[in-house]
Amino acid sequence: MNSRGKTIPVLTVISVIVVIWYACVVWMNAPFEYDRAERAGKEIGFSQLVSNTMNQERPVLPAAHQIVEEMYKTIVLKKITSKRSLIYHGWITLSATLLGFVIGTLLGVLLAVGIVHNRAMDKSVMPWVIASQTIPILAIAPMIIVVLNAVGLSGLLPKALISTYLSFFPVVVGMVKGLRSPDQAQLDLMHTYSASTWQTFWKLRWPSSMPYLFTSLKIAIAISLVGAIVGELPTGAVAGLGARLLAGSYYGQTIQIWSALFTAAILAAVLVMIVGLAHAYVLKRMGQKPDGATA
Amino acid sequence: MIWLVILAILFWMGSWALNEWLSRQSFGSGFVQRTVNLAIPLLFGVAILVLWEGFTRGLGVPKVLLPPPSMIWERIGNSLPVLWADFQQTFLKAVLAGYVLGCGSGFLVALLCDRSSFLKRGLLPLGNFVSALPIIGVAPIMVMWFGFDWQSKAAVVVIMTFFPMLVNTVQGLSAADHMQRDLMRTYASTWWQTLTKLRLPSAAPFIFNALKINSTLALIGAIVAEFFGTPIVGMGFRISTEVGRMNVDMVWAEIAVAALAGSSFYGLVALIERTVTFWHPSLRRGRT
Repeated sequence: MNSRGKTIPVLTVISVIVVIWYACVVWMNAPFEYDRAERAGKEIGFSQLVSNTMNQERPVLPAAHQIVEEMYKTIVLKKITSKRSLIYHGWITLSATLLGFVIGTLLGVLLAVGIVHNRAMDKSVMPWVIASQTIPILAIAPMIIVVLNAVGLSGLLPKALISTYLSFFPVVVGMVKGLRSPDQAQLDLMHTYSASTWQTFWKLRWPSSMPYLFTSLKIAIAISLVGAIVGELPTGAVAGLGARLLAGSYYGQTIQIWSALFTAAILAAVLVMIVGLAHAYVLKRMGQKPDGATA
Repeated sequence: MIWLVILAILFWMGSWALNEWLSRQSFGSGFVQRTVNLAIPLLFGVAILVLWEGFTRGLGVPKVLLPPPSMIWERIGNSLPVLWADFQQTFLKAVLAGYVLGCGSGFLVALLCDRSSFLKRGLLPLGNFVSALPIIGVAPIMVMWFGFDWQSKAAVVVIMTFFPMLVNTVQGLSAADHMQRDLMRTYASTWWQTLTKLRLPSAAPFIFNALKINSTLALIGAIVAEFFGTPIVGMGFRISTEVGRMNVDMVWAEIAVAALAGSSFYGLVALIERTVTFWHPSLRRGRT
């Protein structure tokens, strides 16, 4: 199945979704229009109904073109420094995401190296790392923000810490698996070269863990973004994509919610794509086929 | 009060040394070995709790910042009815309903995808793509559509759990290899028979993987969705209001309940997995 065989089906599914979407727009927004027509004492024709439902100011479900219009307005037309520009809010979320992602990855790799090289650490820390994945970590997010605010830390770092916490676990689990992936024969070979632990690590374990690292990084960057967005909820809707979501839900601005949501989705897609490209590049430099290494 | 800190550090170092020693030993009988393997992480957990308690009490950390574990425990004991009501609202209603609906529909759509390769090629890349998106953001929209009560939270959970289930089940259904499928064909078995006798069993590890991922996602989805508006009960509601009132020990109590609920849910799914897919290499109990 090559990528060319996928384009037509994907496009078909997308267009079906869009058609259903527009049908839902008419269906879900119609009660409001009927209500308005009744109050005005007028009958409403079908074509009038359809065109009205597409252009409400606060629709139950906004039509796709309304969202695109709003996104164009807030991304391209507004100045970047404006508080209503989605680029401004997106950047705030993105910076927290990236900072958290970098710290989380570094910590995760360090912990994984410790776990692989120390038996006691493996036996005592690893079960907790796995158990902690079953805990709804995001639920702690508002508290971390408020608590850090109380200490005087505010702004970027608290949000980044939530992203750190979330992105840290996939990296630990993936890297432990990756650093252990060289098989016994390879390790024995290093042993016959009388390589030190340090040399074995850099020449064998580290390179062979790369596919696992990048697979984890893809999960980690996506979840960092979620962390940053959720981290913006309890700060009282000041700035960031999460704040736009919350403010939109307070004031019933559905179009604003949807455009923030779509911006977040595009951001996530771009971030995952960048990690994917880095993955392909590194594996190519290492002389492996990019597709052969899905962990 | 500095002696409390020193005591805690000593306990930490002692337990670490004990762990170091325990993990180097090998015990003859399997039972002892298993007990020791269980004891090592437990000891580590206890050491962390002691360290936490010692530092917060010894250094006089304000309880708004980080309450000692004993205080959280006391709070849990004092407010059991409230915690139970929140648990009922969030977990028993929103999470379970959403989890069943989301996983069920994901599974059914995966079966549909399996029947039509066109649908599969169209939906699967989209499903993979959507899995990476911050789906949690639909929470305000769902609250607007389905109202403040648990139905809107269940809707968020449905959307969050749907895609992992879809992607994993489709992947699992192609796990049976060609030899096995050809064999089923020589038996002249129908699509349905091949499905129930060969492909679903071999897809089970993938399906359980999705069920395990979803058990965590569902709880997160329900709790975060409650930040966007709830009736005056629910774990997410309690967390956000008590944070506002600076009752941090109550927040920690709620988090402890969430953690317990999350891990037991996960554990239950893992236990069912163990009994259903006992044949899988990762679960086989070998004597080494």
